[in-house]
Amino acid sequence: MFTSVDDVSVRLAETGYLASPAVATTVFLADRLGKPLLVEGPAGVGKTELAKAVAQVAGAQLVRLQCYEGVDESRALYEWNHAKQLLRISAGRDETWDETRTDIFSEEFLLSRPLLTAIRGDDPKVLLIDETDKADVEVEGLLLEVLSDFQVTVPELGTITATNRPFVVLTSNASRELSEALRRRCLFLHIGFPEEELERRIVRLKVPALDEVLTESVVRVVGALRAMDLRKVPSVAETIDWARTLLALGADTLDEAVVRDSLGVLLKHQDDILKAAAKLDLGAV
Amino acid sequence: MNSPATEAGVAERLTGLVGTLRAHGVRIGTGETLDAAQALQALGLTDRERLREGLAATLLHGEAQRRVFDSVFDVYFPSRVGAPDAQPPADREALRERLAAALAANDEAMMGQLAVEAVNGFGGYGSSPGSDGWSSYQTLDRLRPQTLLARVRDDVRAQADGAGFTDRLLEDEIRRRIDVFRGQVASEARRRVAERRGRDEIARRAVPPPLDRVDFLFARREQLTEVRRVVQPLARKLATRLAARRRRAARGTIDLRRTLRGSLSTGGVPMRPVLRRRRPVRPELVLLCDMSGSVSGFSDFTMLLVQALHDQFSKVRVFAFVNRIDEVTRLVVHGAADPEGLGARIRSEAVLTDWHDSSDYGVAFGEFAERYADAVGSRTTVFVLGDARTNFRDPNLPAVRLMSERARRVYWLNPERRSLWGTGDSATAAYAELVDIHECRNLHQLSALIARLLPV
Repeated sequence: MFTSVDDVSVRLAETGYLASPAVATTVFLADRLGKPLLVEGPAGVGKTELAKAVAQVAGAQLVRLQCYEGVDESRALYEWNHAKQLLRISAGRDETWDETRTDIFSEEFLLSRPLLTAIRGDDPKVLLIDETDKADVEVEGLLLEVLSDFQVTVPELGTITATNRPFVVLTSNASRELSEALRRRCLFLHIGFPEEELERRIVRLKVPALDEVLTESVVRVVGALRAMDLRKVPSVAETIDWARTLLALGADTLDEAVVRDSLGVLLKHQDDILKAAAKLDLGAV
Repeated sequence: MNSPATEAGVAERLTGLVGTLRAHGVRIGTGETLDAAQALQALGLTDRERLREGLAATLLHGEAQRRVFDSVFDVYFPSRVGAPDAQPPADREALRERLAAALAANDEAMMGQLAVEAVNGFGGYGSSPGSDGWSSYQTLDRLRPQTLLARVRDDVRAQADGAGFTDRLLEDEIRRRIDVFRGQVASEARRRVAERRGRDEIARRAVPPPLDRVDFLFARREQLTEVRRVVQPLARKLATRLAARRRRAARGTIDLRRTLRGSLSTGGVPMRPVLRRRRPVRPELVLLCDMSGSVSGFSDFTMLLVQALHDQFSKVRVFAFVNRIDEVTRLVVHGAADPEGLGARIRSEAVLTDWHDSSDYGVAFGEFAERYADAVGSRTTVFVLGDARTNFRDPNLPAVRLMSERARRVYWLNPERRSLWGTGDSATAAYAELVDIHECRNLHQLSALIARLLPV
């Protein structure tokens, strides 16, 4: 899919995803070694965006499995369409049982869920398994099988093996430790908060109308907030929101009043806002 | 799945790196090593940072291992070999000048270059082979980058015309840049020493210590954060250990008097040993924590740990002091949800200070005896956490004596190294005559002490 690390950076940038060297290198390796990519990091640094960008670059279909507590095989892998099977049985009254049986367990009645969808077919695919840490431990076992051999066994149909291996991205917010076995099968990538320079480029790309000097100030203030001991530090998503807010407010420079009024965009807890205001000498909030 | 293109030397380096990481407790299987070799092959050796990321992606399974990995990587895949080529005159002032410029421009590449020169110029010590080496401590001590802060700040201000809103962030930003430079010096010194003594040895010894050996007093903020994260697992482990001790203790020891009396009926031969009966008491715990300055990291952590163990005791009460004392039990109970902000919340919600900010053990103990005398009884075990540095004020020994007479036991955990006790304004020696004082510098010592000292 990619020829070099630089190729990854350039082509991801074309889709609007500015990758740090760590991200570009790891994506390149995941493609080259054919291994799933496990992405961890705080919320709002672009873990899901990365999968979307890779799909766009590769011209691949993005198949997404959103994990949640209680997600199971029938949601993740496949399911038989019972209603349709019943209809089929009642429609064909005069045929023998053997004919019906082989007929209702065919492709036509199979509801393909994300994991199976990603494996079947010849066109390139990117499989995004989002918030893997939310799923139960049993689902991890299921993933192990699918991700190591890229094959799924449906008892009535036989084993389906991928002819074209999908590029797999798993994301996690580390609300639960993923099992060692799953981690071993993946390349590990931690996306942290970007360097100042990179974040400036991101803001400039996403909010091009914002003044350049102001962009720099925005990134510096966010950097200072991240160095504070807050309950929830602002992420890249919040930086962009704040930049948009400032644009909407028509601010052309930062001053106490503007920052004070818009701090709520960056910080989501009242204690954090108070603490940050005190540290930044904003006066009373 | 072998990788013929990677030369023998590189393969050796890679296995050395893996071996050292394993020695540091990172679990890496052969499969991952093979992946790493393939990554090496795919990436080539031209770009060092890419190689670093590639190996990290294949070998590591979590962000916590990254710090150890980075240090070890620097030793096995050094950025250069030997001393810098162009030997500039080792002039301290000129180097500081250039460092100031690099810090002002936030030019990390230049700072790295200067770190190389600085270690080369000022870090060498010793002359005979075997005893010589390179020291980052000595380099930083001679160069004193922290004293450049004011100058760099003024330089940057002069360049960027006028003071905007972001001007107030400048000092902290420069401080962070200086920290980056310190890290660069440390890793450069490690590289030079590694060339002298052999990679394997240095990578095993000179890499930052694992979490449970980090000194509480010298831990950086991010290290303390990491340390706090282990509160729950550690508490679980300690609870199991306490339960085991309790079981053992419940069996009791031989009551010699009653055994001998019983032996009269068998002609003085003790046929049936009589065990001493234990009266079941529910132990109570009182914590007195110094929350001043650098000690507070240690106090925070210990509070959270004891709170996590609270179901092992009938009652846990926590008091915090600097030069006034206040009960913070409630804050600590709530603090378990947000350990990061615990210290700050205690300082803002409890009355810990009077008109000054420095700690005063004497006054705090006096106030404790006065206001919370009922907290200490015959079932209470008291833990005092602090460095016993009284700022040359009266240590108030009578109050401590009273407390140690009323309580079942009083223990003092001191995060300072033993050799410093009694130096300067430390009143450790005076207090040591009244209570047991234990050195408790890191997580390792703390968990050993807690498991041993907590009443059962």
